[in-house]
Formats: sequence, C-alpha cells, structure tokens
Amino acid sequence: MMSGMKHYKETADYINKMYNRQSQLDESLADQMRESEKIADATSQWRLMWRKFKRNRIAVVGGIVVLLFYLVALFGDFIAPYTLEQRMTRYSYLPPQRVYFFAGGRFQPHVYALETGRDPITLQRTYVPNPDKRIPIRFFVEGAPYKLFGLIPARRHLFGVEEGIISLFGTDGQGRDMFSRIIKGSQISLTIGLVGVALSLLIGAVLGVASGYYGGWVDNVVQRLIEIVRSFPPIPLWMALTAALPQHWSPLLIYFTITVILSLIGWTWLARQLRGKVLALREEDFIMAARLAGASDRWIIFKHLIPATFSHIIVISTLSMPSMILAESSLSFLGLGLRPPLTSWGVLLQQAQNTQVLLLYPWLMLPGVFVALSILAFNFMGDGLRDAADPYTV
Amino acid sequence: MLSYIVKRVLGMIPAILIISFITFVVIQLPPGDFVTSVQAQVAASGGGMDAATVEALRARYGLDQPMIVQYWRWIRGFPKGDFGFSLEWNAPVWDVIAERMGWTLLLSGLALVFMWVVSIPIGIYSARNQYSLGDNLFSFLGFLGLSIPDFMLALIWLVFGTLVLGIPAYGLFSPEMVDAPWSMAKFLDLLKHLWAPVVIMGVIGTAELIRIMRGSMLEVLNQQYITTARAKGLPERTVINKYAVRMAINPLISVLGMQVPKMISSSIIVGLVLSIPTIGPVFLRSLISQDMYLAGSILLFTSVLLLISNLLADLALAWVDPRIRYE
Repeated sequence: MMSGMKHYKETADYINKMYNRQSQLDESLADQMRESEKIADATSQWRLMWRKFKRNRIAVVGGIVVLLFYLVALFGDFIAPYTLEQRMTRYSYLPPQRVYFFAGGRFQPHVYALETGRDPITLQRTYVPNPDKRIPIRFFVEGAPYKLFGLIPARRHLFGVEEGIISLFGTDGQGRDMFSRIIKGSQISLTIGLVGVALSLLIGAVLGVASGYYGGWVDNVVQRLIEIVRSFPPIPLWMALTAALPQHWSPLLIYFTITVILSLIGWTWLARQLRGKVLALREEDFIMAARLAGASDRWIIFKHLIPATFSHIIVISTLSMPSMILAESSLSFLGLGLRPPLTSWGVLLQQAQNTQVLLLYPWLMLPGVFVALSILAFNFMGDGLRDAADPYTV
Repeated sequence: MLSYIVKRVLGMIPAILIISFITFVVIQLPPGDFVTSVQAQVAASGGGMDAATVEALRARYGLDQPMIVQYWRWIRGFPKGDFGFSLEWNAPVWDVIAERMGWTLLLSGLALVFMWVVSIPIGIYSARNQYSLGDNLFSFLGFLGLSIPDFMLALIWLVFGTLVLGIPAYGLFSPEMVDAPWSMAKFLDLLKHLWAPVVIMGVIGTAELIRIMRGSMLEVLNQQYITTARAKGLPERTVINKYAVRMAINPLISVLGMQVPKMISSSIIVGLVLSIPTIGPVFLRSLISQDMYLAGSILLFTSVLLLISNLLADLALAWVDPRIRYE
C-alpha cells in the first residue's frame, strides 16, 4: 500500500514534470509560430509584388520617368521660363537655341545673343547667334507672374535670362516659347489620361464586377452593351462625338466632356477583364465561405471581390493610360478635341498640321516626342506591373 | 458550316440596324444642322441669308422633319445601295465615298499583310532565341513602335522624306500623275507613294503581333508533342514550321478582327496627315460641316467593316484549327 502511494506520487511528479516541459515546448512553439506569422505578415501580397516589380529594371525606369513627368507637370509654372501665352514677337519661329555650359573653363551656362534680320529673298526672319555676346542663364530669376498650383502667386522661375531670350525648343509663329508651352501642355495631356482612366474605372469596375458576379440577365445586358460600343471603331466614333461639342462651351466643360467621351469606349475593355477575373474568383472557397456565413452580396462584392481584383485594376489602369493620352492627342491634333486656351500636347501639334509650316519649322513637332515618351514610359511601367501583379506564380 | 455563316450574316442585320440608329443619333448631336453651317459660311464671307431662304433650304433637305423621319428616310434606301445624299458635295453619298473606301480598304489590307509578314518571322525568332540580344532588341523596337502615335510617324516621315530624301512624301501620286490615265508608269508611281503610309499604319500592329506570336510560340514550344517530335528525330525545321508555328498562329488569327478597326482608324489619321484620299479627310470635313448623311454613312461603313472582319476572323480560325466547330 505504502509503496503504492509512493509510486503514485512519483508518477504524479513525473506527469507534472512532463506537463511542464510540454507547456514550455508549447510556448516556444507558439513563439516560433508568432515569429513566422510576423514574417508572413511582412511579405504581404503587395510587398511580394513590389519585390518582383523592382527586379524588372526597365519597368522601374518607366515608373521613374512617369513620376518625373507628373512632377514637372505639377511644378510646371515654376519650371517653365515663360508663361503659356507670353509672346515675344521679335523672335517668332526661332529655332531651338544651343546652350553652352562653360565659359572660359568655368561652369557658366549661357546662350548667345541673337542678331535678327530678314532673308532678302524669302523675307523670313533670320537669327544669327553672336558668339561674342553671351547671355548668362540665371537661376531663380524674376519673370512673368504666375500662380503656383493655381493658388500661390509667384514671380520666380527656375531659370531664365535677363535680356534676350532663352528658348530650348524654339518658338512658334507668335514667338511663344515651345519649351514653356510643352511643360504647360503636360498638365492637361497627363491629367486627361488620369481623369479618363478614373472614369472608365468607375464604370468598368461596377459593370464588370456586377456582370461577373451576378451572371444571368445582368451579365447578358452588360455584355450586349459592350458589344454595341465595341462595334464602332474608336477613332471615327470619337471624332463624331467630339465634333458635336458646341463652340461656346467653357474650356472646363470641354475638358470634362472629352474625358467622358474617351472613357465611353475605355470602360469596355476594363469591364471584360474584371468580369473574367470575378468569374474565376466566384468559385473560390473564400467566397463560398463568406456566402455560407450569411454575408450579403454587397459585403462580398466590396469586401472580398473588389479587394481581390485590386492589383489587376491597377495594372489595367496603367495599361489604359497610353491609349487615353494617344486618343486625346490624336483628336486635338485633328482639331476636334481640346482647343485653345486649353493647351495639351495635341493642341500644340495642330501647328504642325500645315505641311508647309512643318517643313520650314520642324521643331513644332517636338510636343509629339513627349506624347511618345510618356506612352513609352507608361507601357514599360504597365508591363512590369502586369508581370508583378501575380506574385505567387514564378 | 454554311448554316453557321448564314446565321451569322442574318444576325448582322439587327446589329446594323442598332448601329445605324446610334450612328444617326451621334451625328445629330451637334446643335444646328447643315443649313446652320452654310449660314455661318455665308456670314463669314460677308453675306447673309434671309429667313425664308433658310426655311426653304431646310424643307428641301428634309431637315425640318422629326429625327425619326429623317432616320427612316436614310435607312430605307440601304437595301437598294442608296445611302442618302451628301448636302455639301451635292451628290449621292455612295458616289462621294466609293473610291475613297477603296483606297481605305487597300491601304488597310496592305498594312495587315505587312504586319503579318514582318511579325511572324520575328516572333518565331524571338521565341526560339528567348532573351538573346536579337530578342531584346526586337522587344525594345516593339515597345518603341507601340508608343509612337501614327500621326507622329506620319509627320516624321513627311519631314524626313521631304527634307532629307528630297521626295514629296505625301499624296498617292506625283502631281503630274494625278490626272493621267492608268499606265505602267502611273502604277509604279503609286507603288513609290504607297509603301510609306502602309508601313506607318502597320507599325503599331506589328509591335503587338510580335508580342503575341512570341508568347504563343514560347507556350507551344514547351509542350510535349514538340518534345516528341524532336525525340523521334524530325529535323528542327519541320518541328518549327509544321508542328509549332501552325499551332502558335491561332491567337494571331483571333486578334485579326480587332486589328481591322485599328487599321481603319489609322488610315483616317494617316490619310489626313499625308493627304491621301482615304475616307479620313472627307469624314473630318463632313463632321465639321454637319453633312449628316455623309458622316453617318462613313461611321456606319467603318462599323460594318468591323462586323464583317470579325466574322471572317472567326471563319478563318475554324478553317485553321480543326478543333473549333461552329454548329
């Protein structure tokens, strides 16, 4: 009996000891799990995407160029040496000036002063740079007044000259500096794409997700609608719609109507892409689980489906930017889109529409170079984003 | 197959009706009508029109009728090939655009051929030599091609051709050939002018097709039947040309239907920049002068072309890929 008791106590001790050890083990295991959870948290989907995107150098370069373009657009009034409508009539159709960076071995950016004259035969203005008369380029120079961000009145420009003219990209027929006008034009060219994409996103995401999620007649109606819109080739339809804009509308109204017209076709592609994505997601377990748990359609769509398609929405929006910028500049170039005083790159290119003028003053084509550059940058960035959007596949 | 084609063609009739109605509404959107734009022109040249003349003109062109009546007047002629009357040209719409439609189709068709002839070999090369110098070079050029707007390319060609090469880089014919009767010399002159707009129109599409062909070829080359073909000792040329390319080309055919509207859009813009008599210049003018039946018919034709090209692409796909059955 005694030995039995003792035995019992030993056993109890042993069990206790074992239990303690187990709980220690449990604790360390829990620690480990907590640790690994932290890591899992740290490598969220977005971080994985960012990692994959970073590795694609050309996409990163594209992204940086896009960022740079928007920064220049934001601070455009400060960076441009002249304002949009500042006319220097003495210098009409001035070819791009050459900038010299060193004077007598010292860093001193300058341009040459110009002797203006007229060609005796063609009666065109001629400009002869005079190497003996240097005009230094000054930084943070006082110039024409403007409003930074349209709010803060200011006079300082990033650079400029105190006499003569500085015109990096030449001037147009009215002596307006193309460099300044291209920078100002970027404000409209680059934002019209953003607003247009945002609008198509709104329509496309709502209709695309609804069409994929509900199926049935909703899907049918949306798909027929898309088919009808897409049975028109885009450029002719855009031309017909923009030609309908009344001449007397205010610039702001024209601007927004153009974005609406552009997104009228843009949304269809987005809706198709999202519908496909939602059709696949709808069958996933987590949607089924949400539905079984009694979640409403609204909850599922806004809390599960839209967040799950978010990375795709970003990719699709980036990839639709080029076509928006392209469409706006094509229409404005034809004289159907925006019109002065709204100045986009396409509006600037209208001057290049006249063959005779273009052949005499080819630098009027320069705004088109920026259209191409911005599209290229968006394409590179969008391509990288598309590859990165699905970080779980290698 | 035949019943499928018939069904599709019949299905196009309601589609054309819907499209023509939307077209008519869009064309009618601008405030005012053709007579208002004539009035503005007359006023601009210092003249004036009294109210009676204006009303008489409106009544003559049927512009005083309700929209639905005007629409009916337009579409009831379709089966007879009558697409209304161009108020500005003072001629039936069809007479104004027939020749221009021809040039538009010719340019678009040639551009499509150019795209395929260039992009397929490059796509095959790029897929077989993935990440090689050539592949990277072609993808970079492809990106560049995707990014330069067609009107910009046309402008660059205009300046480069005229100032550097010293040839008139616009129009379809040299000035002395425009009114000459057709001859060998005129034909050669046409060819000299034709290739540049065709290439300009084809650049963006070529860049797209190279990417599609490369991707599709890479996918096919990884499949087991290619390994089998190689394992049984077929020469590499046979493996590529007879086994891989034939499969890989399908996505190219399915995007054919999407390429056609792009070509038409492009032919309008390139036609405007390089002064080529595509429908582009006429369309722009008709929109500005509100010559509604002309503008409407052009918009309608471009959409019908799109419907037809989609059908042709579907049929071509069924013909190339025996797994596809339309019943």
